[in-house]
Formats: sequence, structure tokens, C-alpha cells
Amino acid sequence: MIEHDFAFTLNRGEVPLREKLKYVSWSFIILLCLVAGVGVIMLASAAGGHMEPWASRHLTRFGFSLVMLLVVALVDVRIWMKYAYLFYAVSLVLLVAVEVRGTIGMGAQRWIDLGLFQIQPSEMVKVSLVMSLARYFHGASLEEVAYPPYLLLPLLLVLVPVGLVMKQPDLGTAVMLLMSSGVVFFLAGVRLWKFAVILLSGMSAVPIAWKFLHDYQKKRVLTFLNPEQDPLGAGYHIMQSKIALGSGGVFGKGFGRGTQSYLNFLPEKQTDFIFTMLAEERGLIGCLTVIGLYALLVAFGYVIAMRCRNQFGRLLGLGVVTSFFLYVFINTAMVMGLIPVVGVPLPLISYGGTSMLTVMFGFGLLLSVDIHRDIQIGRRGSYEG
Amino acid sequence: MHGDVDRTRVLNRRVVFLGVGKAVLLSTLIGRLYFLQVLEADRYKLLSDENQFNIYPLAPPRGRIVDRLGTPLAVNAQNFQAQVVLEVARDLNRVLDAISAIYPLSEHDRQRIRREAEHRRRFMPVTVAENLSWEQMARLQVNAPDLPGLVISQGLTRNYPLRELGAHILGYVSSVSEDDESDDPLMDLPGFRIGKAGVERTHDLALRGRGGTYTVEVNAVGRIMKEHDRQEGEPGAEVRLSLDIRLQKFAAERLGEESGAVVVMDIHTGEVVLMASSPSFDPNAFSRGLNAQEWKDLITNPRSPLTNKVIAGQYAPGSTFKMMVALAALEAGVATPDTRVSCPGFYNLGNARFHCWKKGGHGSLDMVSGIMHSCDVYFYEMSHRVGIDRIADMARRFGMGSRLGIELPGERPGLIPDRRWKKANMRESWQAGETLVAGIGQGFMLATPLQLCTMVARIANGGFATTPHLTIHPADPHLVKPSNLSTVGVADKHLEVVRRGMYSVSNIPGGTAYASRVMLPGLQMSGKTGTSQVRRISAQERATGVRKNEDLPWLERDNALFVAYAPESSPRYAIAVIVEHGGSGSKAAAPIARDIMTEVLKLDPAGENERIASREQKGGEG
Repeated sequence: MIEHDFAFTLNRGEVPLREKLKYVSWSFIILLCLVAGVGVIMLASAAGGHMEPWASRHLTRFGFSLVMLLVVALVDVRIWMKYAYLFYAVSLVLLVAVEVRGTIGMGAQRWIDLGLFQIQPSEMVKVSLVMSLARYFHGASLEEVAYPPYLLLPLLLVLVPVGLVMKQPDLGTAVMLLMSSGVVFFLAGVRLWKFAVILLSGMSAVPIAWKFLHDYQKKRVLTFLNPEQDPLGAGYHIMQSKIALGSGGVFGKGFGRGTQSYLNFLPEKQTDFIFTMLAEERGLIGCLTVIGLYALLVAFGYVIAMRCRNQFGRLLGLGVVTSFFLYVFINTAMVMGLIPVVGVPLPLISYGGTSMLTVMFGFGLLLSVDIHRDIQIGRRGSYEG
Repeated sequence: MHGDVDRTRVLNRRVVFLGVGKAVLLSTLIGRLYFLQVLEADRYKLLSDENQFNIYPLAPPRGRIVDRLGTPLAVNAQNFQAQVVLEVARDLNRVLDAISAIYPLSEHDRQRIRREAEHRRRFMPVTVAENLSWEQMARLQVNAPDLPGLVISQGLTRNYPLRELGAHILGYVSSVSEDDESDDPLMDLPGFRIGKAGVERTHDLALRGRGGTYTVEVNAVGRIMKEHDRQEGEPGAEVRLSLDIRLQKFAAERLGEESGAVVVMDIHTGEVVLMASSPSFDPNAFSRGLNAQEWKDLITNPRSPLTNKVIAGQYAPGSTFKMMVALAALEAGVATPDTRVSCPGFYNLGNARFHCWKKGGHGSLDMVSGIMHSCDVYFYEMSHRVGIDRIADMARRFGMGSRLGIELPGERPGLIPDRRWKKANMRESWQAGETLVAGIGQGFMLATPLQLCTMVARIANGGFATTPHLTIHPADPHLVKPSNLSTVGVADKHLEVVRRGMYSVSNIPGGTAYASRVMLPGLQMSGKTGTSQVRRISAQERATGVRKNEDLPWLERDNALFVAYAPESSPRYAIAVIVEHGGSGSKAAAPIARDIMTEVLKLDPAGENERIASREQKGGEG
């Protein structure tokens, strides 16, 4: 039996399923539904007021994800902790597999098709990496964390998938992996000067890594760093996005009246640039509402993490919430022209299954942490018993 | 558990730190939104509107050009074009191969198409072939399933159904070039044609009409999403010419292979009923687009088919100028109609001897017979008496030496020399001998056939300063009335002397054009021949004897001229004919003039107007 693998001081994990349902944070789920609802409305507007082709599918996906979220939330958090490394290993293997398949030339498809959803191993890594780090640092005392060789393994856990997605090159995902795992390191108590060391050595490694890149890869990286080089490409999109945002004004142009989006001045209005469309049609008011909803979700996440009584849950919860926050921030800052264009969707609103699955799985874990917040897990966790 | 407490304390501290960090980032986002959506909103709203609409000009159909009877001379013809949309075609080469089977495409065409295709957006059509025949169009349509991306579109091209006929007057249309003024947005339309020569150019603005606009919503890549607003322009106005195309056709046939020109005008109204220049060209080739070789052939042809010789051909008027000398002498009082001059075949001035065209001489002649026999010696004497300045003044009063202002581009002024002109242009003083040469229409003197025709018209109409024009005002076809005209200020009795001389030329045996008289009863023609030298006779040739005109190369042969008016009893039409390097006026030009004038008198196009007018008047009275 699973529960015998752990040492408990206060028993709340043994409650039956029906009891657990009472502990599910329904207000959090209502918040999620509100955000996804905004997504449905915006996708309908993107399709000229029709539910097809995006809005209805978005709704279906959200429904499935919600069921998955509940299942994930009801599973004992200790099981997630136990299988964290395995989950990580599987996602890494898949990541290598699609990478190899991509390089061999059987088609550059970097996802696994499940029909309604497409699973991108790099997305799976986002969750499993945070889980594994949370597990690794769950038992780590400040003394251990202060001992540099102790950090080598988790560093490796981070750098291997980062290196793989960099090679694609998917810099957006790489940055998100680095930042969300950095946050777990930070919360685990790693000294700030160590971050500085890593940062500096990382920067010094750039010229060496540069040599190994192909010309086309170099070009893609350069365009990423300097979109103005490509005025009709990324730079143009950002200009058009700013026009759309600005022309929305305070109150917006109204549902389906976003000329910039309707006339296709916006690239990928249903995915990465959906916030722009929201801003054009709903104005500042709409933007503040959506940002407010996201902020509430993040704040909620903080509360859940902080009231959890085990370190794994706190680290996992904060990691998941930070990851979610990064999605929101990178996407909105990108469409506002604050940061370069990276392919990061707006969670729960952008059309696309992969990110929805990742985010909802993460929130499932967060709710699982919440439901099982009073379970105290021993230092060594599953190593004991 | 001491370590756990420490650990939790560190975590709590750092969570606060993290939360504050996120709050700062969110505030940045909100600040940015405030900047874009509140502070800069107006600027972006403006940019957004500019993004949304594109305004395109709509080309109005070009006005027709018709002759005085309404026969269409320049129209718009439906033109089928084959275009390929790359987005649909995908494999351009394969589609082009398939089209080649029906409409042969040269390697040159293919290169142009590929080049255009590279520069266009993939949903914009690329023109593959223009001016498809009906059959080609039909065959392409039938094969459309095998020709993905093929679009057959219709356009209007300028068409001149009578081809070479009247080409010099009509002119042609061609693409806008960089030096054309481009205030009109229509000029920016791809494929828009404007008048480049002839009436097409003079009346370009009227014929062009006013362009409409259509406003479309476009997306970022320029694809038209929907039409927003459409404002039709005004189609171009119809231009009615005074030409009678039947005469035009007759004249073209009569001139045949000769390089020459004919112009006939109404001596009262100045309406030009016939203006032919030979050889001609096909203006359709210009709307279609000439290739390099065709263009080269046209401009290097020694018979200059592109030149309208009636207005831009400048020739020494030769003996046709003698009427001016006679009038100058009569008006100045240095001679009377009865003044007799004896012609021994030459005229001595100082050490120089000037020959008459007739070796043996004409004997004693008065003014009328001087004109009738075109005696050079008689007019040497007259010009010597009256002087160059008064001759030049008379020539100018009759329309020579400057442009007459006909509604055609490219009219040339000719040249009437006098003392001041020579001083200014050659920095030499006028020589007495030059007056004699000018007196027989040679030397520096140049006139266009239109000027000679106008001169005759003014002689025939009693000295009214009628000017030639080509277009009939749509509102008032009888706009020009002889009574409105100023006079040239020459006594009619003096004009009568000249007219009698011209009558004798054509109708008295011994007159230089007696052989080419008009035989219609009561409709005799009065004329004057002219033969003008193209080259100077060298001293060596003078010594060895002048070669016969027929032995000279074509380009050095004399120009043959003939001017006339008819009918003699109540003059109506004036004519001027030139046959370049045709030899003598009496042999080459007069017969042509006779035939054409006979046809003019038979059809009487100007009389048609009056018949209509009088019928309308009667109708009004009744």
C-alpha cells in the first residue's frame, strides 16, 4: 500500500474520495472557467462570430482538461511525488524521441497526436521538471543546499531538457524552463551569488555553443534577438499588434469589430496574438479584467502553496503558479512590444491543446497539493520505509 | 527540526520577494496598456484606419472619336487577357507549358511572367497573354480544368477599326511614361493608356473622362476582403472630327505608295474635311505595344510614316508662293495687273543670272499670265520691285511663318525669311539675290501643306483670316462663322487678279495644270502648281549641265506641289497636295489634286452641314 511508504504525523490523506471532493477549491475552478469563458468568446470573435472552427473545440478541450484536473487533484500528492522522477524520465525520453525523429527527417513534427490534444514533450517537461525539482528539494536542508555538489544533479535535471529544446530551437520554452526551475532553486534557499555564477558561466558558454550551431539556426537566433532586422516578419507583426492594441482605446471597438484582427493584420490572432484582439475589441477595460483574473489565479496559487504544510507541496505549488505567471507575462509583454516575439500562448484563452493540457495538469497538481495540504511528508519521503 | 524552521523562514521570505516581483511585472504590463490604449490611442486609431482601407482608381471608358458623319474612328474593344493566379496554380511552369499548347509563349514571355510572378503576392494575378482571339479565349476556357489558376479577364483596349486611315490625325494611346504629368490618380493604374499623338493627345483630358474610385477593405497582405464603396467616374466625352472618312479613304488610295500629303478645308469655316499623310501606320500596334523591331522600322523609314506631313512636313513652297509676291506687289503699288514683264528665259541682277524654268523664255506677260505660266522671271521682277520685307509680311498675313493652331500636337511653323530674320539667325545682311529666290518660293522659305491650304482658302474666301480646325464642337456644330473672322486686309480686286491667274492655270490651255482640270460642269477648280528643289545645284553641275530630275536618287528629286480651290464660281474648298520627290507639280501633284477635289465636290461634306441646318430652319419655321 502506498501510504505505508510515507511517514505521517497528522492523518488527513486517508480520507475517502467523497470527503476529498469537499476539499476541492471550487472557487479556484470557477476562476478557471471564467478565464476559459473569455477564451471562448474571443475565439468566436476571431472566427467572425462563429463557434467554429475554434471556440467550440476550445470549450470541449477545456471540458476534458477540467475532468483531468479533478482526477489529478484527487490523486494523493504523495503519489505525484513518488512518480515525479519517472514522469520526468518519460517526458525526457519522448523529447529525445521527437527530436531524433525530427532530425532524421521523418517530418519535423515535434508532438504526439492524441486526437483532441497534441502532446508536446517539451510541454510535459515543463511540469515534470518542476515536480522533480520539488521532490529533490523537498528533503534538502539549508546546509545541503549550500553544499555546491548537492546542486549538480538538479542542475543536470534542468540543463538536459533546456539544451534539447534550445536545439529545436524553441527559445520560448527554454526560457520558461530555466525561469520556473530557477524559482524552485531560489525558494529552496540557494544563495543568490550562485545564481550569479550560473548566469555568468552560462553567458561565457554562449560563444562556444554558437560555434556548434548551423547557419540557419544562427539566423533564427539572431532574428529572435533582433526582430527589426526582419521588418516584414516579426517586427511587422509587433507593429501591427501595437496598432491593434492602441486603437482599442479604453472601451474597445466592440465584439467582432476589431478591424486589425478581422482583416488579418494580426498574425495568429487565435493563438499567440489573441490578447491583442481582446485589447482591440474590449479596450483597456477588457485587458484589465483579464489581467485581474490571471492575478487572482496567481494569488490563489500563492495562498494554496503557503498554507500547505509540506515542502514538496509548497515548492510544487509555487513552481506551477510561477510557470503559469510566466506564460501570461511573456505572452502579453510580447504583444505589447515589451519583449521580443516568442511563441508563447496566453494560457486558457489562446487556441491550442498543448498549453491548455499543461496548464490544467499543473493546476491539478496545485489543487492536489491543496487537498492534501495537511499531510506531513518525512524528510526522506519515499526513501524511507 | 531546527533546520526545517530555518528552511521555512527562508522560503517565506523569498515567497514575499517573488510575489512583489510578480506584482511589479504586472504593473509594468498595466502601465504599458495605459500608455498604448489611453495616451497613444489616437495615433494608433489613425494607423488602424489607414490599415483598413485601400482606395483604387477606376478607369472610365475612353471617349470615342468619330468623323463628321458619326463613323467611329477610335473605339474601345473588348480585350481578353489570360492571367494566372500563382496561389492556385502552384506549379507555374507546368501551367505555362499547358497554355503554350493553345497560345504560344516565347522564352521572352516566360521570363517576363516568371519575373512578375516573383514580385507579386501569390494571390495577385499575373498577366500571361493579352489580346487573345475569341477562339484562343474559348479554347483556354474549355481547358480550364487542366490549367489551375488560369483566369480569363476582360479589359478595354483602344481600337482603330480603320487602321491606317486617319492614323496621323487620331494619333494613338500608349502607357504612361515617367515624363508625363501625373496629377490624375488614373495615371497610376497599371495598364492605363493616355493619348500620345494626334487628337488622342490634344483632347486627351476630354476623352479620358473622370476616374471613379472604389474603396476596399484589405488585410495586411493586401488581399481584398470586401468592397466598401464604389463611385463610378464619368466616361470620356465623344470627340467629333470634321473629317469625312470617305474622302480620307479616297485620298489614301489615290496617294497610294507615294510619300506625300493632302489637306482639304472649308474656306469659310476652316473645317478640315480631309487630312491625309502617306505612308501611314497602324495605331492599333501602339495600344497593343510595339516590339523593338517594329518601332525601329517605323522611325528609320525614309518616308517617315509617323510624321503627319500636312502639319509637320515643311517644304519650300516653290511656285505656289507666287500669289503672295503678286499680292505684295499689287498692295504696295509697285505693279498693276497690267504690268508687263518680258521673259527671255533668264533675269540678270548684278553679275548673277537667274533662270526661268522655261529655257527659251515666256516672252511678254502680264500678271495673270505670269501666274498662269508660272513664269519665274516675272516674279523675279516683282520681288525685286517690292522687296523681301513686304513679301514676308504678305505671306504672314496669309498664315505662313507661324503655327496655325490646329488641334494637333506637332504642328510646325514653317519659315518666312526677311532681313531681320537673317540678321538675327545668320548674322549676315540680306542679299538682293535672295529676294529673287524667295520670290519663287525657294531658298530659306518653308511652309507646311496646311499653311498653303490656308493661304489658298484666304485668297478664295475674299481675304478672311480663316484658320483650320479639326473638331466639331458638340454643342454648336456651326460655331465658326465667316462673318466673325477678321480680314487679312487685302483689297478684293487684288485678290481677284490672283484668282484669275489661278483660274487660268487650270482652265486655259497653256496653263501649267490645264491637263489636270476638273471636268465637272460649273464646278471648275482654280489652282497653282509648284515644283521645289530639295538640293542646291552645285557650280560643277551648272558647268556640266543639270541632270534630269528622273536621273537623281529619290531623296534628291524635286517635291511636287499643287494648291487649288473649287468650285471656281462660288468657292468652297481649298486643297493642298504635296508629293515628296514626285518631280513637277503639274505632272505629279495636280492630277492627284484634281481627282480628290472632284470627289470632294461630289460628296460636298461641308454642304451637308448647311443642308441639315436649312432643313432644321425650315422645320422650325413650319
